[in-house]
Amino acid sequence: MTAPRTYQTEAIIIKRIKLGEADRILTIFTPELGKFKAVAKGTRRPKSKLGGHVELLTHSRLMLARGRNLDIITQAQTIDNFLPIKDDLERISRGLYIAELVDSFTGEHIEDRQLFGLVLETLNQMSLSKDYEPMLRYFELHLLDHLGYRPQLRHCTDCNSPLKPDGNFFSSRLGGVLCQNCGFNEPMARPLSLNALKVLRLWQNCDFTAARCVRVNRGLTIELEQVMREYIKYFLEKQLKSTAWLDRLKSEAAHK
Amino acid sequence: MSADSTSTAEPIGRLIEEFSKLPGIGPKSAQRLTYHLLRAPASEVSALADAIRNLKEKLALCSVCLNITDSDPCTICRDEERDHSKICIVEEPIDILPLERTRKYKGLYHVLHGVIAPTDGIGPDELKIKELLSRLNDGMVTEVILATNPNLEGEATAMYLQRLIAPLDIKITRLARGLPYGADLEYADDVTLSRALEGRQEM
Repeated sequence: MTAPRTYQTEAIIIKRIKLGEADRILTIFTPELGKFKAVAKGTRRPKSKLGGHVELLTHSRLMLARGRNLDIITQAQTIDNFLPIKDDLERISRGLYIAELVDSFTGEHIEDRQLFGLVLETLNQMSLSKDYEPMLRYFELHLLDHLGYRPQLRHCTDCNSPLKPDGNFFSSRLGGVLCQNCGFNEPMARPLSLNALKVLRLWQNCDFTAARCVRVNRGLTIELEQVMREYIKYFLEKQLKSTAWLDRLKSEAAHK
Repeated sequence: MSADSTSTAEPIGRLIEEFSKLPGIGPKSAQRLTYHLLRAPASEVSALADAIRNLKEKLALCSVCLNITDSDPCTICRDEERDHSKICIVEEPIDILPLERTRKYKGLYHVLHGVIAPTDGIGPDELKIKELLSRLNDGMVTEVILATNPNLEGEATAMYLQRLIAPLDIKITRLARGLPYGADLEYADDVTLSRALEGRQEM
């Protein structure tokens, strides 16, 4: 039996590049078919009927036709365009960071409904609130968790002894928290404050609504971001490109 | 292409190869163009050759607006008739053409040569933003029109520029975003329609 020539799916558009005169190649993330590339013809023309329905960071229902190489998007209808994100430079930038994370950590055509749900929920939550840093950390933790890189936060990753409140370290290489003794012997480990450890533990095991209730001060926000960024960099073996832009936005805001 | 270059004269094979490097031109079209030129009068062929050579040799970026030009400053920046107190900011040199075609805009331009695209590693330093800010600092400019494309990166770039320009006490406007002329409401997406509603005008 031959596969049907067209099919439908919902998708989040996570990347796009220009193709030819007015077309684009989109990278879309779907619940049933995972991540893959598809062609959106004519989307750069003002009168394109796909137009805004296939814009970056948009959740849409798509109809695709099987193509020889890439499939072609024939119809698109927006489900949610996360308008509040798109009206705010800070949140657009964080949204693009999430898109880059998903693109970097997923392979093509691997079904992943759970991760799709997580991405969708994160974008939804970001539409509702400007307090995006905790949401990013929550997303990162659960993304890694889901992919099998859940950091060990309950006892020392190296010697398995119970953790004391103070003097702990975090090691990206070993994938979790180290006690004081083991931390001193691990050259790449970084000190981890008690508050950071507590927040990470809580976020690892709670849902989004509970995660949003945690108050995180500025110093702790920075610490958590650095821990997670290092951890992600360890797995990807590279720095995500959008982090340079996030750092720039932050430093310019600080100089105001 | 190797079969052609052995069976045909070297200059023909070479031209076919060069043509087929162009976008949208496959080996067959390249052959057709080559044999067309072979039959064309010598004057026509050398005019084409000159035009191609001049493209790179005589063109540079205008030192004021960074548009591609054969004279510096470019004809638009030199034109005394134009309104030098307005600057319209566009992504690429090609974006100036449709704006000029409207004949509605008499100010100057500034070409960014790209947009902020964090996931491609393109930030403000890769664009001509420093040049823009130094143009705005001389106090001549009273209005800046942000004409980056109405998509995610274009909007992000516009918002970022707005942030940078806001302290300079210059009026900042953005091209209206809404429905394209001659289109159907049925196909409009929610963002376009909500922008169109926000920007609705009394008749």
